[in-house]
Amino acid sequence: MTTSTTVPVRRPRPAPAGTGRLLGAGAPDLRTHLARHGAVPAAGPRLIAEIERSGLTGRGGAAFPAYRKLAAVAAGRRAVVIGNAAEGEPASAKDRTLLTHAPHLVLDGLALAAAAVGARRAYLYLPAALVGPLRAALAERRAARVDPVPVDPVEAPDTFVAGEESAVIARIEGRPALPRDKRVRPTESGAFGAPTLVQNVETLAHLALIARHGADWFRRVGTAAQPGTFLATVSGAVARPGVYEAAYGTPVAGVLDLAGGADQALRAVLVGGYHGAWLAGGQLGAGMDRDALRPLGASPGAGVLVALPWSACGLVETSAILDYLAGQSAGQCGPCLHGLPRLAAEFGLLARRDRHVERLAQRITALAPFLQGRGACHHPDGTVRLAGSALAAFADDVSAHLAGHCVAVGRPVAGRAVVAGWSR
Amino acid sequence: MKLHVDWTACDGRGLCTELLPELLARDPWGYPVARDGTAEPAVAPHLRAHARRAVAQCPLLALRLVAR
Amino acid sequence: MASALWYAGRGTGLVALVMFTVVVLLGITTRSGRTLPGLPRFAVAALHRNVSLAAVAFLALHMLTLLGDPYAQLRLVDLVVPFQGAYRPLWLGLGTLAADLVLALVVTSLLRRRLGQRAWRAVHWLAYAAWPVALWHALGTGTDSGTAWLRAVAAGCVLAVVAAVIWRAGAGFAETGPARRRTGAVPVRRAEVRVLAATGDPRVPALRSEQHR
Repeated sequence: MTTSTTVPVRRPRPAPAGTGRLLGAGAPDLRTHLARHGAVPAAGPRLIAEIERSGLTGRGGAAFPAYRKLAAVAAGRRAVVIGNAAEGEPASAKDRTLLTHAPHLVLDGLALAAAAVGARRAYLYLPAALVGPLRAALAERRAARVDPVPVDPVEAPDTFVAGEESAVIARIEGRPALPRDKRVRPTESGAFGAPTLVQNVETLAHLALIARHGADWFRRVGTAAQPGTFLATVSGAVARPGVYEAAYGTPVAGVLDLAGGADQALRAVLVGGYHGAWLAGGQLGAGMDRDALRPLGASPGAGVLVALPWSACGLVETSAILDYLAGQSAGQCGPCLHGLPRLAAEFGLLARRDRHVERLAQRITALAPFLQGRGACHHPDGTVRLAGSALAAFADDVSAHLAGHCVAVGRPVAGRAVVAGWSR
Repeated sequence: MKLHVDWTACDGRGLCTELLPELLARDPWGYPVARDGTAEPAVAPHLRAHARRAVAQCPLLALRLVAR
Repeated sequence: MASALWYAGRGTGLVALVMFTVVVLLGITTRSGRTLPGLPRFAVAALHRNVSLAAVAFLALHMLTLLGDPYAQLRLVDLVVPFQGAYRPLWLGLGTLAADLVLALVVTSLLRRRLGQRAWRAVHWLAYAAWPVALWHALGTGTDSGTAWLRAVAAGCVLAVVAAVIWRAGAGFAETGPARRRTGAVPVRRAEVRVLAATGDPRVPALRSEQHR
């Protein structure tokens, strides 16, 4: 459905108040988007300084300061910018939710980033199901002549590692979406040998708002080290699983409450996704930000929270995730290809309460040195981290399982699926 | 100077673990493991010639010396 | 003098054939990642390289002595362009062809780091073509073809290479094979998998997660 869209008069629109920044003010069509947010501001290298002031960090999981990537790419010539919406994490739905509800915010951010770094080519890397709607949004923008740099959608395969930075660049170049050996940083030489900026789409959406409303506005919520809001995908034993927006620093329990909260005490919460860590039920007052979670061995990652009730077994759930992660190895690097199935198999014995295996917990931890730092990407490292976190968070259950029983037995079963409840 | 392994190329043939036993051991599947536990083991000056040889002899060209 | 060159040509040719047979055997052993008695893996690889260079030296001698021999009627062009010879062009041409393949193998191997692994490997597979062509040339050309001793040497070479190739194609070939097969992992890109609902209900003993391996 196309309507002729004229660019509105440049009147500054009021900045979104509170934490409803991305989703609250989203609009799928260009006309509503421009009416709500105003036109895309003119941008150039000065935008990078504003981004630095804003303290915007990447929303893809690594939380790298956005201005540093922008500055590094801007220093090169004939740059390429890529918006990454691959979202290989099964427990995360924020990127596709954002692209469905506020695609023009993301595309504004992509255009602004391209202008700031002097890019000639822009790509949006996204799941197959979203390519069609995105093409429609791009057609609207082309008709309104909003984007100086044309955006090419590139389909991302539905694998866990497809969103890894070098895998993204490989796919943009037309090769399989597999991580590559790191010789030079992508900001120096990435896609087609050009300086390449790969940013998560949520980061780009925030960038689009900062360009309109400024760094001070952005810093009004969140923490000093991680300002602004983030999109959390909440699932598991909560009343209303879904994607919610919250300020960094909000206690984990507070984010769970956005999803209707848990109607019972929680045993643990998986924070950060399948490469994240388990927080015990008593630690849920910790703020969702890097500094608060680091002493607990966790980090916000891409904002994933999965609530585990007492009726579910953390070791069983972790074992299922490890099986999945082992199967999602790209298959390129020996230690990952062989080490992850071994780790998953050993953990599976523990989850199944196999009493006859000696020193099982030690055997699992003994695998860690064979998996950490040995691979083209951090898939094995993240997987080991999850396994170690589970052994620590469910230590009582480890002893129980080795003795043949489970802490969760006898508790009323609260609902069916837990970890994998987020279906597509 | 550090030894970098291109893990997408490495096939765990083990020549490097023979030529640089001070730095590398083999994991249960044949792939080299840095004895110091790092991702890129540091190459001391007296081992540089051996490291260069290991880089040259790797049948998959999976090794590189990087200045870090 | 002519007969001396003829003898030298035949002798160096035979030695080159036997040496290239050893090179093939060593190359297959190198690929297996195994040691030989008294030889660590890097030494097996080095021996493969050194014997191949020595074999090339004998091949060069073979070609040069025959160039000087009037009965062979070789011109310089026959050393590189196959099947153009005056005397027994087919059998001679096979030798030229084998020599051309060996030249490609050696040059790409000497420049391996510059060429990169993929290009080097693509050319190196031609070794499996070069050896039989050389053997065929040895059996058909020259005044010794049909003699019992040549046939015996050729049979020995064939037996050794066939046995090595059968070993190469078999399951227990690579030293690291058994350990890697035990993990059940297959190094190809698998179809993406989904975690199915791993039930939190501990009364269900088995995990219900499906995947390809």
